[in-house]
Amino acid sequence: MELIEFLRQPWPWYVAGPLIGLIVPILLIAGGKLFGVSANLRHACAACVPGDIEFFKYDWKKSGKWNLVFVAGTILGGFIGGWLLSNPDPINISAQTITDLKALGISDFSGMLPSDVFNWENVASTQGIILMIVGGFLVGFGARYAGGCTSGHAISGLADLQLASLLAVIGFFAGGLFITYIIYPFIF
Amino acid sequence: MKNYIKYLLAGIFFGIVLIKSEVVSWFRIQEMFRFDSFHMYGIIGLGVVVAMISIQIIKRKNIKDMEGNAITIPPKDPKQVTRYLVGGTLFGFGWALTGACPGPLFSLAGAGYSIMIVPILSALVGTWVYGKIRPSLPH
Repeated sequence: MELIEFLRQPWPWYVAGPLIGLIVPILLIAGGKLFGVSANLRHACAACVPGDIEFFKYDWKKSGKWNLVFVAGTILGGFIGGWLLSNPDPINISAQTITDLKALGISDFSGMLPSDVFNWENVASTQGIILMIVGGFLVGFGARYAGGCTSGHAISGLADLQLASLLAVIGFFAGGLFITYIIYPFIF
Repeated sequence: MKNYIKYLLAGIFFGIVLIKSEVVSWFRIQEMFRFDSFHMYGIIGLGVVVAMISIQIIKRKNIKDMEGNAITIPPKDPKQVTRYLVGGTLFGFGWALTGACPGPLFSLAGAGYSIMIVPILSALVGTWVYGKIRPSLPH
């Protein structure tokens, strides 16, 4: 039981960073696969609603089945990490961020998400639509337009010294900063 | 199916690390974009360094994968500046709005945050719409 108690603590960045980095060689050695999560959204479209769209006409089983299995594992890992190994204490967020978010009206800092914003009652409000529906849409649209997300570009691509991935990551941060500093005050 | 167990295990490992490192936390993403903590930068930075060293070892030692094939990483075309900068910026909008990128969306759903089903479905719609209008977008 002591091991479980040990694992329940939050893992510091210098432990988690290398563990995430190791996924890249694990997948390369497992079967020459390149770590990237968002491609699964394309595989799911190709499998379920390909329409008559060129972008979804490919053998998704051949190129994507391994990755869909990987993401099923990620969901399962979330269950293990979030239930069996969950940390009972609130996350140790910087005091400055808490002050700024309180000024935006956020009051619940107990979970992984602010429950006063991310809840089913709020989905259909203007705020909920912008954060969850528009936000999700842009995650999917932007990731495919850019050819990858945080895992594919910021981890795999940068690690392989791809200039294209550096451009994409610059875009990720430019977009994120714009929303955080310019748009957030209007939607909270 | 036996060949896929290794990918399932790798995915489980990834999902656990995302939760335990708090990368899935909306608050951690806010903290990152506000430059209030080193946490996320440390994780991404060390992740890149470890992956980079691993890739260099694999390339220099010509290590083969478990199926005996040579390991190759297809290069991305950096001449497509528009797609990376514009697509990347749109993704960044989504990242800051939802407070999660695709890995954490799935991991959070598994951790019991059922509300994450909403951005996951929207992300699927976004992906589909991209596929639909792709021929008319500048890349």
